[in-house]
Amino acid sequence: MAIELRAAGYRYLGATHPALESIDLRLEPGHVVGVVGANEAGKSTLCLVAAGLAPATIGGKLDGSVTIDSVETRTMRPHEVAQRCGILFQNPATQLSGTTRTVWEEIAFGPRNLGLPLAELAERVDWAIGIVRIERLAPRDPTMLSGGEAQLVALASVLALRPAYLVLDEPTSQLDPLGTRLVGQALRALARETGTGVLVVEHKADLLVRVAEQVVVLDRGRAVIAGPADAVFAGPGLEEHGVDRPSAVRVERALRAAGYEVAGTIAAAIAAAADADVAGGADGDGAQFVAAGAAAGGEDVSA
Amino acid sequence: MSIPVSLESVVFVYPDGTRALDGVSLEVPPGDRVAIVGQNGSGKSTLVRQLNGLLRPTAGRVHVGGRDARELHVAKLAAVVGLAFQNPDRQIFAGRVRSEVAFGPRNLGMRGSALARAVDAALQAVGLETDADTNPYDLGYSRRKLLALASVLAMGTPVVVLDEPTTGQDARGVERVRGIVGELSAAGRTVITISHDMRFVAETFARVVVMRAGRIILDGTPSETFAEQSWPVLASTFLEPTLPARVGATLALGSTPTEASLLDALGRR
Repeated sequence: MAIELRAAGYRYLGATHPALESIDLRLEPGHVVGVVGANEAGKSTLCLVAAGLAPATIGGKLDGSVTIDSVETRTMRPHEVAQRCGILFQNPATQLSGTTRTVWEEIAFGPRNLGLPLAELAERVDWAIGIVRIERLAPRDPTMLSGGEAQLVALASVLALRPAYLVLDEPTSQLDPLGTRLVGQALRALARETGTGVLVVEHKADLLVRVAEQVVVLDRGRAVIAGPADAVFAGPGLEEHGVDRPSAVRVERALRAAGYEVAGTIAAAIAAAADADVAGGADGDGAQFVAAGAAAGGEDVSA
Repeated sequence: MSIPVSLESVVFVYPDGTRALDGVSLEVPPGDRVAIVGQNGSGKSTLVRQLNGLLRPTAGRVHVGGRDARELHVAKLAAVVGLAFQNPDRQIFAGRVRSEVAFGPRNLGMRGSALARAVDAALQAVGLETDADTNPYDLGYSRRKLLALASVLAMGTPVVVLDEPTTGQDARGVERVRGIVGELSAAGRTVITISHDMRFVAETFARVVVMRAGRIILDGTPSETFAEQSWPVLASTFLEPTLPARVGATLALGSTPTEASLLDALGRR
């Protein structure tokens, strides 16, 4: 069980150069893999390829092998791909169906198409709403949301499908710090509690270092660095690939560069600061929400 | 060209009854560099839309360049206050990057070589000079965002308002935006920016205004805003101090909102 890319390359229809080249990547159930890279390094393309939308839905030329649970995505039909892997696009506005009158109905749109019994449908929608904590948005008009609100609604819509794998393209780009923190906690908890495999593209290194076990750095379509998140973010080469480091690592490096020894009270102060939590966003709340949902929810938990 | 802008007890209520601004007073002197922070829904975007007449206050007054904004038509305000939207796709419509950027200044009456110079300078500032003939929708999101910024820069307005300019930008993109804010400010233009990125805010702006539920709850330099005594106020609207600010507080170095100020404080110890 995994999404697996082996020497995967991809070229868009009509493009002269490949957007991705020889990517090796493995996303297992219950794990969170982060993807970072400069703008236009191929991160969004990687999302489309890993989620099986490229080539199944948008065509183009796929090289190498991309499998979801051992099935080659190039042999899958779009709906088969969609049942296994949910994708959140970078711009949430492109995700909304535009056919529903309330946020609740919008989130129900996907699971309704799975033909679920009404009671289970309602459970799933309420569960997804609970995870991203948008209860207060449920009765609102989905076309009248702010950017951050639309992003949370789009995320809940994908979660409500309960896919085994989630591919998220900058899921917190429009969120405030609390929303970012909550989504991070929810993703961690979702992986841990329901065994969902999560691939997440993010510029926010402070979020990824808390959420992802593994991190892949993309540059011009290639995976140039990959490894455990801590090691990648503390390791060499990120600057030349246009990738930011977490605040704690930045401060440590700045102090070292200025000739300070980062040990004792200074090291302790940095560690404490990195662990400090935003008021009201205590760690673990997300986990509770997901656990409750998993208990109420269903047979389709993949773990 | 520098002008002051101010809000005086501004209340704004949306048609659905949402009271987005609940008595906001704010004076921004010419050439000020102000960041507005706060949770989603705290009224930040509503506030800046008062400045260019996209929204008009339900109560209270907005002054732009010493004049009551009610007396100024939107077209007149647009020549003074340039606004780059959070979502670039709300603003982009032209078929080529160059025509997109030229639209604003042309509307302000710029023509010929002056127009070409303004467009070139703006494209260069955001790093899109080699994409002048590209269709905006062939650019990725992050570069469309920079294009929207260039369109506002090209208008040369004395007041520039940026709504979440670093969203979706990589490390170099954030650095670029920081440089642009610095240059605008050095040229005496006022920059008002909404942001959720506290590091960007602390490193780039001279003043930080914190909003909660339609009111201003804190207004000061980054050093004041991120000082330990302000943390409870920040926490009340779910904002965090920057990591260097926390480290400085733990080491009893005073307020150190940025890496640079942390290093300075350590050096003085």
